[in-house]
Amino acid sequence: MIRDIFSRKRHYTTIPSEKGKKDVPAGLMTKCPECKTIMYTKELNQNMFVCDHCGHHHRIGSTLRLKYTLDENSFTEFNEGMISQDPLTFPGYKEKSEKDRQSTGMNEAIRTGYGTIGGYKAVIAVMDAGFRMGSMGSVVGEKISRAIDCAIEEEVPFILFSASGGARMQEGVVSLMQMAKTSTSLNRLHEKGLLFISVMTHPTTGGVSASFASLGDVNLAEPQALIGFAGRRIIEQTIREQLPDDFQSAEFLLEHGQLDQVVHRHELKKTLLTLLKLHNAPQAKKKEGEDDA
Amino acid sequence: MMPEEMPFEKPIIELRNKIAELKSFTNEKDIDLSGEITKLERRLVQLEEDIYGNMAPWDRVQLARHTQRPTTLDYIKGLFTDFMEFRGDRLYGDDEAIVGGVAAFDNQPVTVIGHQRGKDTKENIRRNFGMPHPEGYRKALRLMKQAEKFGRPIICFIDTKGAFPGKEAEERGQSEAIARNLLEMSGFKVPVVSIVIGEGGSGGALALGVADRIYMLENATYSVISPEGAATILWKDAAHAQEAAETMKITAPDLKELGIIDDVIPEIRGGAHRNLEAQTSYIRNTLKQAIYDLNKESPEELVHKRFIKFNAIGDYGYVNDANPGGEET
Ligand SMILES: [Zn+2]
Repeated sequence: MIRDIFSRKRHYTTIPSEKGKKDVPAGLMTKCPECKTIMYTKELNQNMFVCDHCGHHHRIGSTLRLKYTLDENSFTEFNEGMISQDPLTFPGYKEKSEKDRQSTGMNEAIRTGYGTIGGYKAVIAVMDAGFRMGSMGSVVGEKISRAIDCAIEEEVPFILFSASGGARMQEGVVSLMQMAKTSTSLNRLHEKGLLFISVMTHPTTGGVSASFASLGDVNLAEPQALIGFAGRRIIEQTIREQLPDDFQSAEFLLEHGQLDQVVHRHELKKTLLTLLKLHNAPQAKKKEGEDDA
Repeated sequence: MMPEEMPFEKPIIELRNKIAELKSFTNEKDIDLSGEITKLERRLVQLEEDIYGNMAPWDRVQLARHTQRPTTLDYIKGLFTDFMEFRGDRLYGDDEAIVGGVAAFDNQPVTVIGHQRGKDTKENIRRNFGMPHPEGYRKALRLMKQAEKFGRPIICFIDTKGAFPGKEAEERGQSEAIARNLLEMSGFKVPVVSIVIGEGGSGGALALGVADRIYMLENATYSVISPEGAATILWKDAAHAQEAAETMKITAPDLKELGIIDDVIPEIRGGAHRNLEAQTSYIRNTLKQAIYDLNKESPEELVHKRFIKFNAIGDYGYVNDANPGGEET
């Protein structure tokens, strides 16, 4: 399983249009799960899938996320064809992965690549809860690790949108170790003085919350996103107490000092752009200078 | 105190009792049963071989959870001299589910840290059954940073069902505390050795596990979720825990085969609790070699190799690729 990290070819593609279609709910009308208002899907789409009535941020997939975040046609995807194997020969895992590949048009629960935001270059990773609930197995770990390698090589910031239920049970302890693997890669990025922005979207829990998602130089989240280590039900069973409704919401985390800001979806691109502008390049240049001296 | 028996040991115990009975019968009634006794004793050796040599994952889970199983402090006492406990995270409090401090191993100063279960109910309440809160992980991090400052190796003992799933734990940033340890441990410029001595439960265990060498006691377990939890998720029924223990590949031999741990430290027949002193000496041998080898590495080599070690863990392939894990074209 050991590979040479520095001699790999990169795979670039653009987003296939049929994928974009799968991201958008098929029906003409969509009901808001929060306020129950029924809206035209087309209008909701124009509003970045944020409910006009109550502000609820509907779940979106990776294609829309990339579209909302990056400059048009600036995305080149890495390792699009990477797929999970079956390290534990877990009953039914291969079939379930194949089924998700068919139904989502994606090969795994994360997409990574290179793009620009307002002209500023960045490496971006977007998790997609539509594939195996966004759970982290070997492919998610490997793609994040390679994306970080790329950010280091290119000396550009790394932005990650998490949306994940946590570790992928079917990969057992191998999935647990992806927490260590991704954090180890992030430490290298950190050592190079490069920026990491973590954007937590609904949901970001378990092993994903307890590894890379919490390690941003800047930790942002979308409104109302569920973010936490342990599941609500397990906590309630353990402490025999009912938890408040807003427990583990983005706003709850902000109040408890775990986030820098909760950012509305309409403001996210602008926020990222400001951060990229304020962190633009000098640190990378300084490092080069140090090497020369 | 007689070690408590485990269900899978029952045939051995029964046979032992039978032999004892025949022996006392021989003495009392003055009848020579030595032929029969010798036969049964031979059968006992065979039976022990069969049972202890072929332990099912679920048997190991039970041993890993044995109430009398030695804990971090038991091993610290046997392995080190001059242990001095350092307490508190300097931010919130002192979490007694994790113990740590400074000590000498083979005359070399080291920092030692481990999850700590209680030996009885009272101590378990104080130590929260070895399930840490964020302040436990932050204490561990403080001590590890101190070790780096003074250039001493870090030795971690892993023994927890997991990080505590509680209200305050979430409020104080359980996720961040674990994540921070993973990141920081990957960069320490001193040797790090982790030994799973009992249960290695999920992220709460891994937070002491980003090491240059990872070992497991033969009957320890290391997993992303408990067998009961896995059974609940996968079969909607915790009663399938036994099955889950096999499917999830959580035993020391499993992890060795998956290439995740460096080695299995053999256990005393029947479990570490049967002879703490002998078990400690097994651990000492492994630890001695690991520290000896790692002392030779430069700080840069340590960090680089640790990165390579964790970066290599994973199993992936490519669509329409005949060589899974190979380079993409
Ligand atoms: Zn609404």
